[in-house]
Amino acid sequence: MKNTIAERIFDFLKNFPPFDVLEKEQLFNIASNVKVTYIEKDSFVFRQDELPHQNFYIVKDGAIGLYRTMESDHILIDICDEGDIFGLRPIIQNDHYLMSAKANEETVLYAISVEILKEIIKTNEKANKYIIASFSSNIKTPYAKTNNGQLFANVNSLETNNAFSEVQTAQYSKNPITCLKNATIQEAALIMSDKKVGSILIVEDKKPIGIITDKDLRLKIATGIISIDKNVSKIMSFPVITFPEKITIAEAQIAMIKHKITHLCITKDGSPNSELVGILSEHDIVVLHGNNPSVLIKELKRSKNVETLKYVREKSAELLKGYIEQNIPITFISKIISEITDAITIKAIELSITEMKTEPPVKFSWLALGSQGRKEQLLITDQDNALVFEDVSEENYQKTKNYFLELSQKITEKLHFVGYEFCPADMMASNPKWCLSLSEWKQQFNSWITKPTEDAIMLCTIFFDYNFVYGEKELVTKLSKSIFKSIQSFEIFLNFLGRNALKNPPPLGFFRQFLMEQDGNHKDQFDLKSRALMPLIDAARLITLSHNIKDKNNTISRFHKLAKIEPQNKDLYLSCADSFKILLHYRTEQGLKNNDSGRYINLNTLTKLEKLKLKGCFKPIKDIQDLLNIRYNLAQMM
Amino acid sequence: MFNFFKKKKYPEYWQKHINAVKNSRNYSNYESIRFVCLDTETTGFDYDNDRILCIGAVAIKNNKILVSDSFEIYIQQEVFNKETIKIHGIRRNGTEKKVSEEEAIIQFLEYLDDAVIIAHHTKFDITMINEALKRLKIGPIKSKQLDTNFIHKKIAQGNWFKKLFSLDELCEIYNIKMHDRHTASGDALLTAYVFLKLTFKYKKNNVLNLTDLINTNYYLNK
Repeated sequence: MKNTIAERIFDFLKNFPPFDVLEKEQLFNIASNVKVTYIEKDSFVFRQDELPHQNFYIVKDGAIGLYRTMESDHILIDICDEGDIFGLRPIIQNDHYLMSAKANEETVLYAISVEILKEIIKTNEKANKYIIASFSSNIKTPYAKTNNGQLFANVNSLETNNAFSEVQTAQYSKNPITCLKNATIQEAALIMSDKKVGSILIVEDKKPIGIITDKDLRLKIATGIISIDKNVSKIMSFPVITFPEKITIAEAQIAMIKHKITHLCITKDGSPNSELVGILSEHDIVVLHGNNPSVLIKELKRSKNVETLKYVREKSAELLKGYIEQNIPITFISKIISEITDAITIKAIELSITEMKTEPPVKFSWLALGSQGRKEQLLITDQDNALVFEDVSEENYQKTKNYFLELSQKITEKLHFVGYEFCPADMMASNPKWCLSLSEWKQQFNSWITKPTEDAIMLCTIFFDYNFVYGEKELVTKLSKSIFKSIQSFEIFLNFLGRNALKNPPPLGFFRQFLMEQDGNHKDQFDLKSRALMPLIDAARLITLSHNIKDKNNTISRFHKLAKIEPQNKDLYLSCADSFKILLHYRTEQGLKNNDSGRYINLNTLTKLEKLKLKGCFKPIKDIQDLLNIRYNLAQMM
Repeated sequence: MFNFFKKKKYPEYWQKHINAVKNSRNYSNYESIRFVCLDTETTGFDYDNDRILCIGAVAIKNNKILVSDSFEIYIQQEVFNKETIKIHGIRRNGTEKKVSEEEAIIQFLEYLDDAVIIAHHTKFDITMINEALKRLKIGPIKSKQLDTNFIHKKIAQGNWFKKLFSLDELCEIYNIKMHDRHTASGDALLTAYVFLKLTFKYKKNNVLNLTDLINTNYYLNK
């Protein structure tokens, strides 16, 4: 019998992997057994931790967001649109869903029975490889479509131990060593030596209430502060941080960094009030792969020379590459990479201070500027930094300044050696213009704000995104206060800043085509930085400044904060944050691919889909620029 | 005389159809109801002289369109109309395998089973089918029927004076991509999409049940 409907579904499926490698009869068999479902916006297809359905899904029309709930945050991991498959791994591995799938817009799905696919996998080698490869990546994003192809090609290398497995569920120790809360410290220590472990959990009714590690014994017992016949509760750390069994390695790492701990308790439902089922230590993760951010930071802390810094820096570049390939959310990546960059800088400063003949004469602080200040620097670029030191009497001024200039010289040279090249515009603390006392800085900012020339505005956009890295934080707090005071007494400055924000060239022309650079070295390439990223960065900075928000320097967190402050514009700000994430991820990916800054893109290398994704990010740019235009009366100023 | 009519023996397939609908236990639970979205292509719009060329149908159960449970049949015809060929594209001697009208009806009723029929302008398709049944000395069809037009009218805001919406208009309103328009199976599938979206909207305030849905037909008679 003729089957027009199945033929149409066949025609749709054949365009997408893995269906494109199936035999015609195999695919027709799948097509004629499809179930079509309609999902309303914001309805769930399935929820995290649910048992797997009988079917996996392919998006026909619309878009499905995959969310992972971590603590109380719902993190958007991926968006599936036309032709994307989801919900396959759990049914093949007979595991719970690790994420929730929710319709971001109204969506039509084709549900495909896993039994038919299993049958086909058995006989079709190519399809089988594709599916294994897509499990290893586990998370894929639509704007990195090319990854699917790469994975397919690299199927052999994936079978060997993949160093970057953050999205896999972490393997934890299933039989944690425990003792009861009425045990003495000595009893606990004996159990630990007997079982040859470095930590012991204190339990009550099978629930974890505290933990003792080797470190506690060393710091609190061996030093004689507390006697060994005291109760374990005297030295245990509590409360413990608990997670459910399905924790991924990335989540574990972030939790350890966030809470500055080395052990996580795994409990039945993830809360501290349920039964203990295991323990996940930093060591468990290190065993999984040596390239671990917390290990790198530890290595930094112990390092005694600049060569180690260089080594760690190179390692972190590898880490970045792996993260991008794995499509780890960009907010996690930037958090970890900037953490490492800061740690490298701090160490460079410490090493430089020891090289100086004397201790710093007064308190000072080291500031990171620009993208490093915003914690958005993923690819290694040139350094932008500044130094502020405490006010000193006039006769001591020159001597003090000379000391800090010499120190800065040493620091910037070290950073240069590590790989952060000297800033071509000399925006570095070693430049006498940017190594100033607190009052000088206050004055400098005040003059930029009250006399907003083009140059002044340009410098503001760099210096306003400063971030305290090392030294006396109080100096920076004072500086921030003074800057906001200056802005408040000279509010028209914000309008100038707004005008500057709109000066970025638009990404798309009237006919929605990409606008390319007209001349210069990058003729006919697309300038991702100034046409797409800068407008968002500038807008976020301007609006947070206007709200007097001092502690938000990062573009994504600025937009999130703004979404809370101005609920009427929540959707716009959140879509700006999303666009920024995608664009930053994209730039980093391009930079890694071409071994450059990722700023200029050759459009011919993009697939149609990639271009569509990029264009999708431009809509919020236009919307936020319209908002600036109205809010700061810019039409009148232009 | 009266007895003579009562004893009249129906063909087995027709008796089966009557029993299937009468004895079905599936109607009370929405999840277990099998809906069949159907569309017919005909030689024209005259109930007396025009004939069915093709019946296309696809089933819906528990809010899922089951492609595996679909139906498509082409009927050999004497009546032929040059005008409508432009619409449906079925030629007298086309390549599709064609069967007699009786054979088509037998297969269709077998496929239909106890399903609730959904169509767009159901009255037209059902009348065409009933006319065919009449030629076989049986009918009219017993299945419960729904019309996407009237479900839409029940939930739609706005233009109450507009009597009927075309399938194209509903696809436009409910943002459904159209393809294979004016093939029986294609229109049946579009009708199925429309029905899924309609019932989702309909469900928002009410729990779905068949009686409510059938009551939307009230507008049919008004």
